Amino acid sequence: MESRRTPLHAEHEALGAMFTDFAGWRMPLRYDSELAEHHAVRTTAGLFDLTHMGEIVLTGPEAGAALDHALVGHSSAIGVGRARYTMITRVDGGVLDDLIVYRLGETEYLVVANASNAELVFGELVERAADFDTEVVDRSQDYALLAVQGPASTAILAGLTPTDLATVKYYASYPTEVAGTPVLLARTGYTGEDGFELFVAPADAPAVWAALLEAGKAHDLKPAGLGCRDTLRLEAGMPLYGNELDTAHTPYHANLGRVVKLDKPGDFVGREALAAVAESGVDTTLVGLRSEGRRAPRHGYTVLDAEGAAVGEVTSGALSPTLGYSVAMAYVARSSAEPGTKLAVDVRGRQEPVEVVALPFYKRAN
Amino acid sequence: MKERTAVIPEELKYTEEHEWVQRTGDATVRIGITDYAQEQLGDVVFVQLPELGETVDVGQTLGEVESTKSVSDIYAPLAGEVVARNDSLDQQPDLVNSDPYGEGWMIELRLGDPGAVDDLLDATAYQELAAGE
Repeated sequence: MESRRTPLHAEHEALGAMFTDFAGWRMPLRYDSELAEHHAVRTTAGLFDLTHMGEIVLTGPEAGAALDHALVGHSSAIGVGRARYTMITRVDGGVLDDLIVYRLGETEYLVVANASNAELVFGELVERAADFDTEVVDRSQDYALLAVQGPASTAILAGLTPTDLATVKYYASYPTEVAGTPVLLARTGYTGEDGFELFVAPADAPAVWAALLEAGKAHDLKPAGLGCRDTLRLEAGMPLYGNELDTAHTPYHANLGRVVKLDKPGDFVGREALAAVAESGVDTTLVGLRSEGRRAPRHGYTVLDAEGAAVGEVTSGALSPTLGYSVAMAYVARSSAEPGTKLAVDVRGRQEPVEVVALPFYKRAN
Repeated sequence: MKERTAVIPEELKYTEEHEWVQRTGDATVRIGITDYAQEQLGDVVFVQLPELGETVDVGQTLGEVESTKSVSDIYAPLAGEVVARNDSLDQQPDLVNSDPYGEGWMIELRLGDPGAVDDLLDATAYQELAAGE
């Protein structure tokens, strides 16, 4: 099947992008050097096309109640204009996807799902919302999603929008204009830096992209691909669905039990199983690993204890471009999860020593 | 469109694994990975090379090239003994990106059968191979 192209495909081609097929989309992997793009996001700014993400809109008097039932979070308690990171799980508590829920109005919510899970999440929401007075619509076709991430993002956007960006709080969204185009502007991201995500009509995406590139010139903004997005989120200790998150693990295993609101009113899908895990605790847990070496532990590699016994498995790993050493996330037995624990990873037949460290690996200064 | 065309020097020999081989003497060759290969890999952050004196058979793993995203094996294109290794790559693995046929070279082999070099792909054949991928 031919991969879908985003409305910015021609822009990516003109910039010399190398593409990758991801979740049925042809997405830019990198434009030039993924290390340079990574550093740009950490020091100046990067511009991403994230149109592959799924957008699902719920409207109606019981939209909030439907989401309270369908997801682990308390969506109806989100203030209008604010957003929350949350998850959708199976009845057994296994994670189906991690999501951001934006409350756009009193009775309107936007759910942003990972590209690879967008159809599944939409189907689940339709089913789980069936008994509620709400309409669930897959609006993925109606939105292009751009992200400006990095310390210079505010300066770059400031000249393009009438909104005073100082009033745009973290995890909040504002309907406004950017470069004269209607945009839902959100202060969210997946890089560990300050930044904004811009939901725009597909037809408007090229003009907004061009305006951001132009305004970014004075700030050394670089177009940035999915390659650096992965190393950026890894350094920031953010989970990636399919790596850290999957149906075999609950949010508690991923150290994200805080997103599960067991005390919200009413029942929700996964509640019973999640309450049991919250009560009993987990036997394996997600940790950060730091290696002095440059050979990165990678997805699927075995984690060993000091005696050489297998105690876990790596979920993501890379040589950290910012830190200069290798970092990884891994599920390990609880007994090996304490920061400071000396472990090893079997990196293609050779044991590389690693140490358990607190996440995130990288945290921005302010 | 700004599509970059990979450089494929006429005078070198090539393998299907995207390595280049250059004769440096009657029985010695220098080996590296091609411009096309480094472009596909992205930024090289680590190169693992064999030790001097190791002997390798055709197709045996010589070492590894890691980019931020992936790891690729380097296969021995010919049988021989490792007589030189590019130690600069320990500190500057990005030389593989910036100068794949020059300062980004990887190892030199002394060959048991110097004639085997002639059986490798020439630039035209390699060009076709890379274009087909």
